[in-house]
Amino acid sequence: MRGPVYKIFKYTLFDLLRSRWLSSYAVLIGLMTVGLLYLGDDPTQAAVSVLNLVILVVPLVSLVLGLMYHYANRDFALLVLTQPVPRGSVFWGQLLGLGLSLTGAYLVGVLVPFAAFSAFGMGEVDWPTVGMLLFVGAMVTLVFSSLALYLGVGNDERVRALGVAIAVWFVLTFVYDSLLLAFIILAQAYPIDRWVIGLSMLNPIDLARVLVLLHLDTAALMGYTGALFKKFLGTGMGTTAAVLALVLWTAVPAWLAGRVFARKDF
Amino acid sequence: MWRSLSAAFPRAFLIALVLALAPAGAKTLAVCPSCPIKTLKEAFALAEDGDTVVVNGGHYAEGNLVLEKSIILEGKNLPVIDGEGKYEILTVKADNVQIRGFEFRGSGVNFVKDQAAVKMVDAEHCLIENNRFINNFFAIYLEKSRHCMIRNNHIVSNAENENYSGNGIHLWNSFDVDIVGNYVAHHRDGIYLEFVRDSRIVDNVSEDHVRYGLHFMFSEDNLFRGNVFRRSGAGVAVMYSKRTRMEENRFEYNWGGASYGLLLKDINDSDIRRNVFFRNTVGIYADGSNRTSVYANDFVQNGYALRIFANSMGMIFMYNNFLGNTFDVATNSTASYNSYLKNYWDKYEGYDLDKNGIGDVPYRPVSLFSLVVENYPQALVLLHSPLVQFMDRAERIFPVFTPKAIEDDQPFMFRILWSEWKNLPSDTGR
Repeated sequence: MRGPVYKIFKYTLFDLLRSRWLSSYAVLIGLMTVGLLYLGDDPTQAAVSVLNLVILVVPLVSLVLGLMYHYANRDFALLVLTQPVPRGSVFWGQLLGLGLSLTGAYLVGVLVPFAAFSAFGMGEVDWPTVGMLLFVGAMVTLVFSSLALYLGVGNDERVRALGVAIAVWFVLTFVYDSLLLAFIILAQAYPIDRWVIGLSMLNPIDLARVLVLLHLDTAALMGYTGALFKKFLGTGMGTTAAVLALVLWTAVPAWLAGRVFARKDF
Repeated sequence: MWRSLSAAFPRAFLIALVLALAPAGAKTLAVCPSCPIKTLKEAFALAEDGDTVVVNGGHYAEGNLVLEKSIILEGKNLPVIDGEGKYEILTVKADNVQIRGFEFRGSGVNFVKDQAAVKMVDAEHCLIENNRFINNFFAIYLEKSRHCMIRNNHIVSNAENENYSGNGIHLWNSFDVDIVGNYVAHHRDGIYLEFVRDSRIVDNVSEDHVRYGLHFMFSEDNLFRGNVFRRSGAGVAVMYSKRTRMEENRFEYNWGGASYGLLLKDINDSDIRRNVFFRNTVGIYADGSNRTSVYANDFVQNGYALRIFANSMGMIFMYNNFLGNTFDVATNSTASYNSYLKNYWDKYEGYDLDKNGIGDVPYRPVSLFSLVVENYPQALVLLHSPLVQFMDRAERIFPVFTPKAIEDDQPFMFRILWSEWKNLPSDTGR
């Protein structure tokens, strides 16, 4: 790990760590979690509210910050590319630096308030659920950072990329769920439970939400579908499928972006 | 005055007085492994009405014991009476029988005869207290009995499925029975009452049952108060019954695909007050329940606080607190003939300009999403989705689909501290 990927990664990471955006993001997440924890009377409810954060804020911020960083660093990337460095390493270094620093900011923002809450004995923290929240939030961050880089590399115009990013975010958070709801209502007469499970696993945000909900034991509420979900995700295969889906959502845009970057005529 | 009296009568004299008042000829028979009388059968044969049989330790497996005399059975050092998984252990066919201090173990499984550890048949004034019941099919079974007390028993079995298990305390066709301070766990139903009236179930703990913690069928004028119902299919199920009073109980952790805190099915004129419903899948599930009042209860962190079917009429919900439930009220129709008034709803977002503690705009506890879910259960996959939150908010501002009939037009602004009230306010209707 002493290659050029590592060097670029290290540079990106430290560059981002110095930036005010990243620390503001961590502080924002932290303040929101603190608010949710201390204003509500119950840490489990707070976990549900943090889930909302993971669903709404984390994808959007990952996309926007990712794009902003990409465009701010284009000149640097061009400069590095004039050196005898493989193109791929520049891209992967950047992606790793971006993804890991955003993930780090998210983890710190959520973990610190929960840890403080439990350390000062202010209430019982359900650590498995918080763990699941952290995992799912980290995965969502990685998914949307790689999407951001894909959009950034593919578009020279930053406004256009930003527009597309917001459209992608909107489709995945609102439009997809509307279509899913429409499907459930229209296809009610058919045995669609398996389809519903399959369809909600195709969307990383839905998948993240369902993973946490199952952990919060809301599955009992979800009746037959919930039981099926739990049965499916409770098995090794189901968990593997869920994690695999999230990894694919990270890997495919990243790979596509890498390909575009490798062939791009800057 | 009393002090001088008690000084004047020495204790020995008092005891002599008591003995003199006892029925003439009442005697005490001792049973133990080293006594002249070694079996309960022998003791039952020798005893006469009014006698006391004291059993000191030992293990007695004597098949089915039938007691047809009014005697007091007293266990010392926890003697064990064993049904060996085959027999009904003790069948009592007499009045004024008292049973205390025994361990009953392993009554046989029999679906024709409902074999119990202790069965009272047509008995009056029975008293069953301070016993342990371990791994019985049915533990205590009262058949056509009245004026009985079942007190401080510890009743645990190993029920795993509904078809192959019996109830902890089973009352059939009985009246005026007190069930007080028992612990019942791992049976089919913890306490089961069928055709029972004027009975009281107080301060029991009933948990981990395959079916229900407490189950009423065709019963009238009963009261249950101060019990805890935990981790069962339903904490309490009240079915086809009238005038049941349910007060100061805790229903908690009845959590699962088809679990309820309190399940009401075709009941009338009942009263539910000062209970706490905590973490149940459904707090109260009401199907065909009429003229039942629900006053001053806490619904905390349930999946559904209330699931009220439209065939329930004349129910009144007042002074309840709804805190952290996923859904406050769910129903299956836009019609509703029940009233909701003066409750505290933590999801209420209205205001109180005149500062009288009552919100100025009504609260609609049925959310659009809960209506969708009622009709399309798979939609619950979208729980907590931003889309759903957006839908609910929009619907709350411009209600189109949600039932207008279900609204609380005097919602409290703050949690109602009903536990500090001595009496309910006088405006509770009746």
